[in-house]
Amino acid sequence: MTKVLVVTSGKGGVGKTTSTAALGAALAQGGQSVVVVDFDVGLRNLDLVMGAERRVVFDLINVVQGVAKLSQALIRDKRLENLWLLPASQTRDKDALTDEGVGRVIAELRSRFDWIVCDSPAGIERGATLAMRYADEAVIVTNPEVSSVRDSDRIIGMLDSKTVKAERGERVEKHVLITRYDPARAARGEMLNIDDILEILATPLLGIIPESQDVLKASNVGTPVTLNNAESAPARAYIDAARRLMGEQVAMTVPAERKGFMNRLLGRRAA
Amino acid sequence: MSMNLLRLFSGRNASAPVARERLQILLAHERGLLGQSDLLATLREEILAVVSKHVVLDPDKVMVKLERGKTVSTLEVDIEVPNNFDKKAPTEKRMAG
Repeated sequence: MTKVLVVTSGKGGVGKTTSTAALGAALAQGGQSVVVVDFDVGLRNLDLVMGAERRVVFDLINVVQGVAKLSQALIRDKRLENLWLLPASQTRDKDALTDEGVGRVIAELRSRFDWIVCDSPAGIERGATLAMRYADEAVIVTNPEVSSVRDSDRIIGMLDSKTVKAERGERVEKHVLITRYDPARAARGEMLNIDDILEILATPLLGIIPESQDVLKASNVGTPVTLNNAESAPARAYIDAARRLMGEQVAMTVPAERKGFMNRLLGRRAA
Repeated sequence: MSMNLLRLFSGRNASAPVARERLQILLAHERGLLGQSDLLATLREEILAVVSKHVVLDPDKVMVKLERGKTVSTLEVDIEVPNNFDKKAPTEKRMAG
């Protein structure tokens, strides 16, 4: 059965788009048929992170308004044949999205894909509420930092009240994904640790993505980090998170960079 | 005081316990406020209905606010009425009781 998954956070810049691309690709690498949908109307970036920015012809708004068919707007990934992108419009604003129109598009996507991964815009306005509106599950992307945790708490409250599932008296299944985590700094008490964040948010953990240069390297070249270097620490963390979404039991670890002996010595000393 | 103690025990650079404590206090407060927002709307509506029976009111000039204190909270109701409101009906004196 199709799952609609919203990747959300409230706060901007915490890694929603990176996580949407990485989880979407990891689910597709796991054999699922996946569409990643950009809800950030006016500030689209999922196309860029996926490396499909030059292939956008029609977008979500065109489909919502009936200007284009869904099949005309969907862009197939060049690396994975079961991964697709539905881009947002760059020229329109969020008011062009309607609840009813989004509902229609999601219903049509449900008949074609195993996973519909919705990349939410930052904030708590229309774009963000519509991105979560039809979700079955939610990934709340959180940095180990006070303003991000506060905004995540707010978004969790909205997932429990403003979604179709919540209005029916059902629950959206929520997961916290901690990104930009630095285990060394957390161990020294300079950064909120995992237990602190989970206790405050009272929401189960999907995965821990370590702070890593590989994330920027991947977005520089327009490739989801799980495809760019599947052996890198963030890629392994995202792949584990995707396996958990698919219902597998995977031990929770913070993947570390695989360094040579000398680097490891130097790294330790620097830390 | 507990913040200072935490700092003392976890080393000079340990700011995370402070972050944790600040968040816990803040979110306990914010969750309470959000949970109350429906109650405030209901109160506002019902107060407005009762007062409107006797006084001509501008609904936008009715403000209901809940301030949370450490031991007691206060419910503040601020209703702006026009100067000639008492000319409407002879019943408004009953409101005082």
